[in-house]
Amino acid sequence: MSDAYPDDIPDEVKAWVGQERHHEVGEFDVERGYIFNSCASVENGNPLYWDEKAANEITDGFIAPPSMISVWFRPHFWTPSRTEEGKPLQCHFDLKEALDLPEAIMTDNTIVFYTPVRVGDRLKTHQIITKISPLKTTKLGTGRFWELDVVYTNQKDEHIGTESYTGFGYKRES
Amino acid sequence: MSGSITLSQVKQGQALPPLSMDVSVTNVVLGALATRDWRPMHHDKDFAVDRNGTKHVFVNTPHNAAYFEKYLTDWTGPKGRLGRIKFKMRDSVFPGDKMDFVGVVEDVRTDDTGCGWADVSVELKVGDNVTTLCSASIAIPVTDDDNPWKRQGADWRP
Repeated sequence: MSDAYPDDIPDEVKAWVGQERHHEVGEFDVERGYIFNSCASVENGNPLYWDEKAANEITDGFIAPPSMISVWFRPHFWTPSRTEEGKPLQCHFDLKEALDLPEAIMTDNTIVFYTPVRVGDRLKTHQIITKISPLKTTKLGTGRFWELDVVYTNQKDEHIGTESYTGFGYKRES
Repeated sequence: MSGSITLSQVKQGQALPPLSMDVSVTNVVLGALATRDWRPMHHDKDFAVDRNGTKHVFVNTPHNAAYFEKYLTDWTGPKGRLGRIKFKMRDSVFPGDKMDFVGVVEDVRTDDTGCGWADVSVELKVGDNVTTLCSASIAIPVTDDDNPWKRQGADWRP
């Protein structure tokens, strides 16, 4: 892990690298309403998501599009039990704050899919920061690239998939 | 979308059917909300311009992923099962853009379990600008009776 972060990273942040952090359970069960929204947003007419006969024959019932893997645990904008805004990919925001890099974009994303997500599933997830770069300057500003994994399982602890992100946190040039 | 293709119909170097889609503010916002992404750069133009330094709101990462999934499974049909997908985002996609998806089969293979795979590379372009590079491995039935969705455990190796 010695090359996972540069020496000028704060010790608190160094300790995060390789840790399983932010274990969460999705706020609601996988349901077709959001599946329809996702499909409509890109005009995805795959009968697996629209046709019960096709879904029963091919996937033993309705499943969610694999690309929706991250959708099911994103916190809603507001809930009565939360006093602060919930944020998806909390490790990403932790890094922004701890490294004082207020802006950020995602540059790379890799997803590997295992057990399909089914209507009625309640997903679980946790995050792992795997790498933080030295300071770099791009057209957006000066900051750091970081890599983090998000691991998804279902209520039976079956591995749904792993999503790996590369983000760039930066300060805009004044 | 009709039936599903089989592996014998897929050749290395083959071009996937092209796809063009226009982007509007509605698309961007619908995609953000469909992916439960409430961050303001995907629905608040002033925030996107002033804080992110972009020219407008822009398509978010999971919405981007959904576009690629649609492009790939429109080609394969419903039995096509996405195993792995990777994006390298070079630029953002904004309202007013016309997205062109251009894919090519890089490799056709059968793994040790007998699962058929197509490895595909896809460029998402806006005009001449490649905004996203994508590579994906998608399982394709080796026969009409085969169904990659039935695979699990050690028989599913994305």
